[in-house]
Amino acid sequence: MTVSGVSRDFPKPHPSIRGGAFYLWFRRRSTIAVMMCFPLLALITCLVAYPFAYSIYLSMLNKAETAFVGFGNFLFLFKRETFWLVVQQSILFALVAVIFKALIGFIAAHAVNTIPSKGQRKWRGMMLVPWVIPPALSTLGWWWLFEPTYSAFNWLLEEFAVPAVPWLSDVFWARFSVILVNVWVGAPFFLIMYLAALKSIPEELYEAASIDGASAWQKLVHVTLPMMRNIIAITILFSIIVTFANFDIVRVLTQGGPRNSTHLFSTYAFRVGIESGDIPLGAAVSLFMFPALAILAFVILRNVRQRTVSI
Amino acid sequence: MTNIVRNNGALSALLGSKTSLHTNRRWALFASYACLIVFVIFFLCPPFYMLVTSLKTNAEIANLATNPWLIEQGITTEHYTHLLTETAFLTYFKNTVIVATFVVAITMVISVLAAYALSRLSFWGSGVIATGVFLVYLVPDSLLFIPLFKIVGGLGLLNSYWVLVLVYPTLTVPFCTWIMIGYFASIPKELDEAALIDGANHMQMLLKVFIPVALPGLIAATIFAFTVSWASFLYPLAFIYSDNQMVLTVGTVTTLIKGDVFHWGGLMAGALLAAAPPVILYAFLMDYYISGLTSGATKG
Repeated sequence: MTVSGVSRDFPKPHPSIRGGAFYLWFRRRSTIAVMMCFPLLALITCLVAYPFAYSIYLSMLNKAETAFVGFGNFLFLFKRETFWLVVQQSILFALVAVIFKALIGFIAAHAVNTIPSKGQRKWRGMMLVPWVIPPALSTLGWWWLFEPTYSAFNWLLEEFAVPAVPWLSDVFWARFSVILVNVWVGAPFFLIMYLAALKSIPEELYEAASIDGASAWQKLVHVTLPMMRNIIAITILFSIIVTFANFDIVRVLTQGGPRNSTHLFSTYAFRVGIESGDIPLGAAVSLFMFPALAILAFVILRNVRQRTVSI
Repeated sequence: MTNIVRNNGALSALLGSKTSLHTNRRWALFASYACLIVFVIFFLCPPFYMLVTSLKTNAEIANLATNPWLIEQGITTEHYTHLLTETAFLTYFKNTVIVATFVVAITMVISVLAAYALSRLSFWGSGVIATGVFLVYLVPDSLLFIPLFKIVGGLGLLNSYWVLVLVYPTLTVPFCTWIMIGYFASIPKELDEAALIDGANHMQMLLKVFIPVALPGLIAATIFAFTVSWASFLYPLAFIYSDNQMVLTVGTVTTLIKGDVFHWGGLMAGALLAAAPPVILYAFLMDYYISGLTSGATKG
């Protein structure tokens, strides 16, 4: 093989394209890369970044969107009792639901991991059903279970001579119900994540712990939890975001009632912005979610980064 | 002599601990199955009850004296036939299929192209874009539906299901890009070097090397995009109000409830039928989806 033979095989600029400079620019790695990323960047710019900026602008207008009122909408919300109810309920809803989702997910993942591997798929598959059904539709089923006259839960309670529970009409029970449904929908996600994490813990660690005479509890505290710390943190943070911003369940189950006691930021923003037609005020309500989301996102990102670096 | 005795002691201690290990294991199994049974009852009771209700006659549903959890007066399919013949359910179904198909196609094109560029052609700003994609994935739909309502209203797209084709990719593309970056990054560099030496350009490399090798990831991303566009509730509720443009989730929840009396049987039949496509998809492709989900979260 001669040198000239090799050089003949190199791709040469096509003679029909005028201006080799353009051709070279076109062939450059970074140009191609930017072109490939362009649809993604266009989507994020036009339908995420721009709407977000627009939302801030909208939130500073009056109801008719004719005058600029600065922080007027935000100050107005601060004076509304309903708004503080929404703040309180959103925080309560997110924290309680996430704690129970994490607990149930953790226990269920452990249980699945303990039984012989032959049956694991079947049990896991059955427990993922709530997560597979679109939440708005499964919440309809829950609504029917809570229905005041026909409630199948109350029928069961009566069989055990327990008085009927006003599931959706009493403030406490309505809050309980929306959290219960959220736990039902979200626990399988934790199950999946924790099961994957459990399976990735090397068996040798448990063997070593057994040889050292560790009890099951000690193995859990000193082997399982440290090995799963990262995934537990990320899953919980991620779930807080999703739960905090939840819309479907409350909307279908209670529509925010009774007496606005189950409204979350999202459902309250929908009520104020779309249904009552005060778009600027609705935009202001949903923007209140942003600081919490931003902090959580920052913490998740740091966690993820640390993880990548340590790998 | 003492040595032997000590050994014996150690041996019996070992045997003793072995039997106790055995009973421990049996207790752990028993406790696990007990937990699993409780959880499965909790997780499956609403869908079961929906199914039971959808197969009951209206008379039996209204009868408070019967056990609501059982069908005692015969199974009927009248709710299903009514749903399919006398309501707009099939229109909703058709609209949802159209929306989901377009969203999946758009999502996969955008995210595969971007993931290839971000995982292989490192360029100025690629790290920032990858982080940005992750952050956009954390942006919930409930943060942006009000400005989007104004924007799509300005575009004249309000009350048309094409608006969903436009906005759903904001929910699907970030996660799909994210997991595709993970899958592409796990492909050995030797493979693209070999393809480059054979004279492949980037397009050929993507289509003939990356996509076939990362097919499991592609399937997981497709399932995700399909499920999100099938299950999304807030955007269609805010943007669409006509019957002929409605999609399944909102159509079932809002229009089937209309009337003085709730037709519970029909409502439950509608909810179950509307939920069927994603459930069936998961039944067959669960493993792909789980691997995609967990790798997306752990690789990130």
